[in-house]
Amino acid sequence: MSLIVNSVSKAFGRYPALADVSLEARQGEFLALLGPSGSGKTTLLRILAGLEAPDGGAVTFGGEDLLALSARERRVGMVFQHYALFRHMTVARNIAFGLSVRPRATRPSKAEIGRRVGDLLRLVQLEDLETRYPSQLSGGQRQRVALARALAIEPRMLLLDEPFGALDAKVRRDLRRWLRRVHDETGVTTVFVTHDQEEALDLADRVAILKDGRLVQIGEPQAVYNAPADAFIYDFLGGAVRLRGHVAAGVLAIGDWRTPTPDDAPQGGVDAFFRQDQAVINGVEGEGFLAAVKGMAQRGPAIRLDLEALGEPLELLLAAGEVPDFARPGGTVRIAPRQLRLFAAA
Amino acid sequence: MTLANVRAGRRRQAGVLPGFRLSMAITLTWLSVIVLIPLAALAIRPWELGLDGVWRTLTDERVVAAFRLSFGAAAVAAAADAVLGLIVAWAIVRYRFPGRRLLDALVDLPFALPTAVAGIALTAIYAPDGPLGALLAHVGVKTAYSPLGVVIALTFIGLPFVVRAVQPVLEEVDREVEEAARTLGASDYQRIVRVVLPAILPAILAGVGLAFARAVGEYGSVIFIAGNLPMVSEIAPLLIVIKLEQYNYAGAAAVGLGMLVISFAILLVLNLLQTWLTRRSRG
Repeated sequence: MSLIVNSVSKAFGRYPALADVSLEARQGEFLALLGPSGSGKTTLLRILAGLEAPDGGAVTFGGEDLLALSARERRVGMVFQHYALFRHMTVARNIAFGLSVRPRATRPSKAEIGRRVGDLLRLVQLEDLETRYPSQLSGGQRQRVALARALAIEPRMLLLDEPFGALDAKVRRDLRRWLRRVHDETGVTTVFVTHDQEEALDLADRVAILKDGRLVQIGEPQAVYNAPADAFIYDFLGGAVRLRGHVAAGVLAIGDWRTPTPDDAPQGGVDAFFRQDQAVINGVEGEGFLAAVKGMAQRGPAIRLDLEALGEPLELLLAAGEVPDFARPGGTVRIAPRQLRLFAAA
Repeated sequence: MTLANVRAGRRRQAGVLPGFRLSMAITLTWLSVIVLIPLAALAIRPWELGLDGVWRTLTDERVVAAFRLSFGAAAVAAAADAVLGLIVAWAIVRYRFPGRRLLDALVDLPFALPTAVAGIALTAIYAPDGPLGALLAHVGVKTAYSPLGVVIALTFIGLPFVVRAVQPVLEEVDREVEEAARTLGASDYQRIVRVVLPAILPAILAGVGLAFARAVGEYGSVIFIAGNLPMVSEIAPLLIVIKLEQYNYAGAAAVGLGMLVISFAILLVLNLLQTWLTRRSRG
């Protein structure tokens, strides 16, 4: 019972929102669709929900053609960024909505609906709020009601469109963990749209990265983070430092620094990337490219170093013990990245 | 808390509503001159007849019939406006079609037209020899010079109130909420009746209240089409004018007072209903 998206395309007027996207979500998997705004991730989610029809391609779930079904027939739970709760209904009636609109023949009895709503309220930890109206709840509580409402129809698939986008950072983190627990408890296949790489990497079993309507990489968070397919993804996944360099005869040159490259490295002009926290600071006599220290600030448990190298600003985030005494504003240091990834310059 | 703190607090509080005293004074003066004093005069004048006289005036069968027609026709017209206005507002908000802007502008026309012009135009159309009137007369329905004609005129007058009350609220209805209903398995009918209508019900009620209030007091457009047969198609405002022409000022004021009391009671109920509905969804 897996979700298979096969070369789906969609254009709005002349603007292509999705171009030939294929991917698969396994039964019970938590899949994140990650990408910048305009990458087509929400369009893909809306196609899965039946709120948008693709121009071409196929979508099946457990072998069944989803595109042949209307949104109301798909039994797919959708959670929206701005909750989309029914404001004139209590929390309990919001959650019961999907059951109460069923045709009489398949509609559970009042008592049964009440019992199911009670179970869901416990699952989303809102037992005492069933008689409240959405306007009387906080943003985090509203989103939990929206999730319970989507789960009430026992969906074969749960779709979440930036569900935490409108919440503040602390609530976001709490809800994220909690959502993962709910997913593990219910085991429902979940597709989650976000533009927040940290959220996607933290939460998902696999991450699919979209750019300009195309799927550019899909894989487990660790794999995607450690081996980004291209410069865009490396940059997008965050905490990246980019340097311009040149490769010739197995040697990479960045400024006056020379270092050997692996055999499969691209030749000529390259973009060299490393993570902000993956570098060693040496004295001017040591290994690495030259950088002028411009500033320094405490950021949480780490220290942020503002540097300038090759005429461009760059930022490092290091543990306090990794910053030697001579790295002070006004000084000059050499930076040796622990691991560099090279992509042919665009 | 020191005195300085208290002062600062008070100053801040005053800042929330700048010029409260001035604006309240203007409001009260305005309200008194325009609304309260004339109404007070209306409330005092009838008692020249004595309690007994007022009672006799109001229970006179011609007055009762006029009241029944005025409030009955206004209620029917307001109800018709609720349905028609909702459909018009729906068309303007939800669909994109050529001439939409034109239709949007046309809605206000009953506001702008002198009511007498509207009345004469309606009469010309619905009179037994008018294009629509002849057609309806053919199937045995008498429109002009009957209570039905009164209802038609009042419906025409009240329509813009409902459209203009519903339109902005309908525009605000979140499309995602409707999409949520669809993904939860609601049919189009369930989506409209259980999600959209409850959201705009306070606005519909507000529009109906305005249309009803306007219809009760409407004079110009009705008297031409009504035919003004005592006991059949004579509206209460016309009765007031007739009493005035007979120099029966106290009697006219008594009828006016009766209308005022009934109208106020009905509008109050509508308002309370609307407040209750709104509070339910906004907390």
